[in-house]
Amino acid sequence: MPNLITKRIIKSGVQNFKRQGNLSFATISILVITISLIAFVYISHGILGMAIANIREKADISVYFQKQSSEDKIFELREKLTEFPQINGIEYVSEDEALERFIEKHKGEKALMESLQELGANPFLASLNIRAQEVDSYEKVVSFLENESYSDIVEKIDFYRRKSTIERIFNITSFIDKTGFLVSFILILASSFLVYNTIRLTIYTQKQEIGISRLVGASNWFVRGPFLVQAALCGISAFFITFLLIGFFSYFLGPKISSFFPEINILSFFGSNFRTIILTQLISGLLLGIVPSFLAIRKYLEI
Amino acid sequence: MVQFQNITKIYEPDTVALENISFKIKEGEFLIIAGRSGAGKTTLLKLILAEEDPTKGKIIFEGKEINKIKKGELPFLRRKIGAVFQDYKLLESKTIYENVAFVLEVIGATDEEISTNVLKVLEIVGLQNKADNFPKEISAGERQRAAIARALIHRPKIILADEPTGNLDPANTSEIINLLEKINKLGTTVILTTHDKEIIKKLKKRTITLEEGRLIRDDEEGTFIL
Repeated sequence: MPNLITKRIIKSGVQNFKRQGNLSFATISILVITISLIAFVYISHGILGMAIANIREKADISVYFQKQSSEDKIFELREKLTEFPQINGIEYVSEDEALERFIEKHKGEKALMESLQELGANPFLASLNIRAQEVDSYEKVVSFLENESYSDIVEKIDFYRRKSTIERIFNITSFIDKTGFLVSFILILASSFLVYNTIRLTIYTQKQEIGISRLVGASNWFVRGPFLVQAALCGISAFFITFLLIGFFSYFLGPKISSFFPEINILSFFGSNFRTIILTQLISGLLLGIVPSFLAIRKYLEI
Repeated sequence: MVQFQNITKIYEPDTVALENISFKIKEGEFLIIAGRSGAGKTTLLKLILAEEDPTKGKIIFEGKEINKIKKGELPFLRRKIGAVFQDYKLLESKTIYENVAFVLEVIGATDEEISTNVLKVLEIVGLQNKADNFPKEISAGERQRAAIARALIHRPKIILADEPTGNLDPANTSEIINLLEKINKLGTTVILTTHDKEIIKKLKKRTITLEEGRLIRDDEEGTFIL
């Protein structure tokens, strides 16, 4: 018998979904907006994270070493620096490598190349490029280098010149990160509220039917069940529509956005997070449909 | 079968709908509850359906006090009762067939039982050709007959008919009353509320008269004098 009742609840829910086309359409539309917003927030948060990490990678400091400094001592210093917390990476560039990079970068510039030849020797210094997570970490590294026994091999530290730029990059990216999260949270909350009210109105229009069902002896679950099935179907339909919309957006507009902002690759983000995006949309669709229906129907079951 | 013991119903803040009502209904009886609009007839039926709770007193149905039944057990009480309302209370999103079948679905009848019984009952009330219509597509008289079909499909012990002819013309009124009489002759207890003197005269059944919430007469053979 429970199977028979479940079968009837599902059948009735599917029937209501089809017959009450206008109500289903209104619910699906509002769910599509909300799920799209959730997907948009998820994707933009991911892409923004990638872009922020990319920009922060570029905010590094360079420590230049005096000519003839022993590589062993430089490597020893590098080892010590890796023990610092919040250091993301340290790259060693030898004098020869620095020269090669310069030539590679400026090979088309004749005047520069001629001046380099006139010098006769390699004018570049060996260096360590250090990337950290926070501006504070750079300051700790700099004070370590200035005070420790390594000061004799350090020629110069390229930090104070870049300090304000680095600080600005960190402040802007951290502001975008925090504001983005707050704005997304408010948007999702507002649209969820909209979904709740739409579903509440939908159920309000059927409060008489709920009452009648109760009076002819239907149990709460027999009355509530079809509404939940109908809500789940609206959620699933909204998921499919949103998925197609987001897929279309990523496929056709993603490359265009990437050509303006090379750090932002929507298509690759969509590809590498495909399963999470699908699950997020599907679960949001189901929850946003079912939970408000469950809550809204409660008070009409009091009869 | 049903016993009202000193029932008083007061709607907040101070509207007295029923005042100290006591009477008994025997199994298989046809009882008319007469009275003007606002006399308390509908409230009385609502109390039997446990749609409302009495302010004072007890209602006993088959030995059980109705207002002490737990919320989760109410559907089981209501499945023993068939209800017909003045405004039909059909499910607008379901066809006539589905409306009648709904009660059997609720009690867990098999699909075969449902299709056999529903068609039979629709034939009894003369709606076999309207099975696939929605309530809004049929006339008032047909809607009321559909409501009666729904009320008797699960063979309830008692049928409550709350002014079932209130919105009908004389021809349809007569049809509905005949149907209720037939159902009663087959052994089902019927409680009918009405303010129509002609119906009371025609039926010649026990009649309780209410006035402003008080029981003023209980006659073995229908009279309605106000």
